[in-house]
Amino acid sequence: MILSALLVLVAGAAAAPLLYRWMGARAGWVLALLPLVLFLALAARLPDIADGRPIAERTPWIPSLGIDLAFRIDGLALLFLLVILGIGALILLYGSGYLKGHPLQGRFFGYLLLFMIAMCGMVSADNTILLFVFWELTGIASYLLIGFYHEDAKARSSALQALLVTFLGGQALLAGLVLLSIATGGSFSLSETLEQREQVTAHPWYPAILLLILFGAFTKSAQFPFHFWLPGAMSAPAPVSAYLHSATMVNAGIFLMARMAPALAGTELWRGLATTAGVATMLAGALLAYPQADLKKLLAYSTVSALGTMILLLGLDTVLAVKAAMLFFLVHALYKGALFMAAGTVDHETGTRDVRVLSGLAKAMPLTTAAAVGAGLSMCGLPPLVGFISKELLYEAKLAAPYIGPAVTAAGVAANVLMVAVGLIVAFRPFHGTLNHTPKPPHEGKWTLWLPPLTLALLGILFGLAPGLIDRGLIAPAVSAVRAQETEVTLKLWHGINSVLMLSIATVATGFVVFRLRHRARPAAERIAQSGPGSLGPARLYEWLLEGMVQCAKFLTHTLQHGSLRGYVGVAVSVMVAVTGAALLRVWSPAALVWDFSDLRPYEGVLLIAMIAGAVFAALSNSRLAAIASLGIVGFGVALVFGMYGAPDLALTQLLVETLTLVILVLVIYRLPRIASRSTPRQQIADAILALSAGAVITVLLLIAQNLHPEPVLRDYFVQNSLEAKGRNVVNVILVDFRALDTLGEITVLAAAALGVGGLIWLRPRRKQPEGGES
Amino acid sequence: MGSALAITIGVLFAVSIYLLLRRSLAKVIFGLMLFGQGVNLLIFSAGKMVRYRAPIIPPDATTPPAPYADPLPQALILTAIVIGFGILSFSVALIYRAYRSRGTDDLETEEETR
Repeated sequence: MILSALLVLVAGAAAAPLLYRWMGARAGWVLALLPLVLFLALAARLPDIADGRPIAERTPWIPSLGIDLAFRIDGLALLFLLVILGIGALILLYGSGYLKGHPLQGRFFGYLLLFMIAMCGMVSADNTILLFVFWELTGIASYLLIGFYHEDAKARSSALQALLVTFLGGQALLAGLVLLSIATGGSFSLSETLEQREQVTAHPWYPAILLLILFGAFTKSAQFPFHFWLPGAMSAPAPVSAYLHSATMVNAGIFLMARMAPALAGTELWRGLATTAGVATMLAGALLAYPQADLKKLLAYSTVSALGTMILLLGLDTVLAVKAAMLFFLVHALYKGALFMAAGTVDHETGTRDVRVLSGLAKAMPLTTAAAVGAGLSMCGLPPLVGFISKELLYEAKLAAPYIGPAVTAAGVAANVLMVAVGLIVAFRPFHGTLNHTPKPPHEGKWTLWLPPLTLALLGILFGLAPGLIDRGLIAPAVSAVRAQETEVTLKLWHGINSVLMLSIATVATGFVVFRLRHRARPAAERIAQSGPGSLGPARLYEWLLEGMVQCAKFLTHTLQHGSLRGYVGVAVSVMVAVTGAALLRVWSPAALVWDFSDLRPYEGVLLIAMIAGAVFAALSNSRLAAIASLGIVGFGVALVFGMYGAPDLALTQLLVETLTLVILVLVIYRLPRIASRSTPRQQIADAILALSAGAVITVLLLIAQNLHPEPVLRDYFVQNSLEAKGRNVVNVILVDFRALDTLGEITVLAAAALGVGGLIWLRPRRKQPEGGES
Repeated sequence: MGSALAITIGVLFAVSIYLLLRRSLAKVIFGLMLFGQGVNLLIFSAGKMVRYRAPIIPPDATTPPAPYADPLPQALILTAIVIGFGILSFSVALIYRAYRSRGTDDLETEEETR
């Protein structure tokens, strides 16, 4: 069922461009039905899964390697799937309105569905290799989506950046998963691996496995210092940002950590790495978000901060913290999705995203305002929104953390204060006050532009007022899956007056003050960004590395592929001389070198001297015909040697081929200019030294080789089995029977060469090109 | 004949490499040709060399009467001769074509040495 559901989505992705051609932007409405139906079907299975009966299926894929198309939907997968599919349906709807009229909108729907498939496959995979495949597929799909405005160079480089950074993590993840599989006895089954916690954490490779897998998770989830790709991904159209940053892409790392927690968590190393990365990212994201003026940048950096919070919670590794993480994932997906879409609508209808310009849109865009304010309140953590419950739980989990409770709580409060300020900047500033002049006169968007964000914002209010809707049915099964034990979750809006509530009130109050100070913060932040330390970020390091790699590749290519035949031959021969010469020196002894001319018959000596003379004359002569004639002496001499030493087939073939070759040479050579001596004497001497040393190495090699008599195993085999292959001429039998495939290959090469020769001689460019260049 | 043949093969290699390093297209063709001859002889002399005893099974026997020449290098060389011919004809056509379109048979003109 899961595999077929994925295939339905694949069909939808493939049909998207056609559907778009047929019914225009409304294709998005039809395509949105696909995830919506799947969403409802899954929601119907919710009670089953909450009772601990996951949906599982398995189709063999590469059985010999233990790689199956195995899927398993437990509480954790279900939570992610519902968010991916539910928000995905809304995004498709939103995208139909936002990109209306864009010529490539059909392709856009296809990419979006592809991305959805990758995410769904990843969260429901029950095989580590399958999980990795879908993991990388999300990277590819996000590349296509982020670079959707492909005519924009910024979008292209941002897409590439996201791809490279997350692929780097992907490689680490693959290595980690393979090590994990070896450490647990060779199985790639995820559910089996997760049950072997003791074995994994006690294994000597555990630190390596954990580091590699967490590296994958941290790069995907934009943890400091890999956070820089995420704001760059803002070059994508608003629906893409809303989808990637709220529900999908960046949460893949969170999912991976939660998924692997049953096997990998519970150690000091896990806690240390994840809390450090989480706190650093949470604070860095919040600090970077606050001074921004672009709506999307504000939201992007606040996403970085939220991701840090989730990693931190998973790193705290307590039941309470996991509860908080799961709830915060849902809450964040709802409000961030709504805010990104609202920001997109504002951009779409006013032509700007600059919060310094935007003001007083509430009257012109009431429904978008409602969506943004609803989501913004959830972001700030105000009652009665679900964001309030989430923040209370966050503080509770941080306060209760062993040893480091006070420190992470302080960091969390600081980040949240800034988040409140950012929430106010994003969700109130553009809509409150008097109307400003904007590039386009502001007006409310079409229903597809306000309905999706408003739906998400209303869900935030609904879940806040009635947390019973999600606690036992949705959050508890997810927490149970992460903790690998049954866990009760009961959420309440009102906890009474306690220290957590006090922290919440203090946070909001301070956040409001910080919000009022934003005008002073911006110039200061700009100064820091332009001064020394600001220009030395990880983004610069990335650029530097990328540029360095390209330069290095260029240098190597130019050095190795310089296009000079002399250079290539020179290098090849020098290496041959050096390597073979060194090997010969190691076995060298005067005894190994046996000069033996005793059995040389006189006529053989004459023949060999004639061949040597022919070769040398061909090299020195400047007359073309004389050179060819002396080459002929060498060629026919070789044929005679073959004939004298029991190789009549070779002698015949050599005679024929030599004759043919000489005829061809004579025909062609007179169409070439006379042979001219072009090299300087110095060059000639250098070449001659190289050539002579190569010749000497070959001669010595042969002299030594002739005295070794290895067992002629192959020869005996061929000779003894020749009759069985119905032939008495052993050479012929080898060619047409034992090694018939080689001969077939030989014929093919010859045919290709003949075609090439024909093409070179008879095909001409239609017109002569001025620079003499032809392709 | 071993030692004398080894010297001959060494000379063929030396001369062909020297020719391959020339700038004139025609000399490069000659070098290519000689190189092929040298390699074939090299393979040939690596096997056991026996005079006038081809590895052919007489009608009344099941194996050739010993001693006989090693058939395996012969089979390899037979393939090599034919392939070598293919390479040579293609190179000749290519070189001719290159000369026609570039107008020079010098392998190292200014534009080429980047």
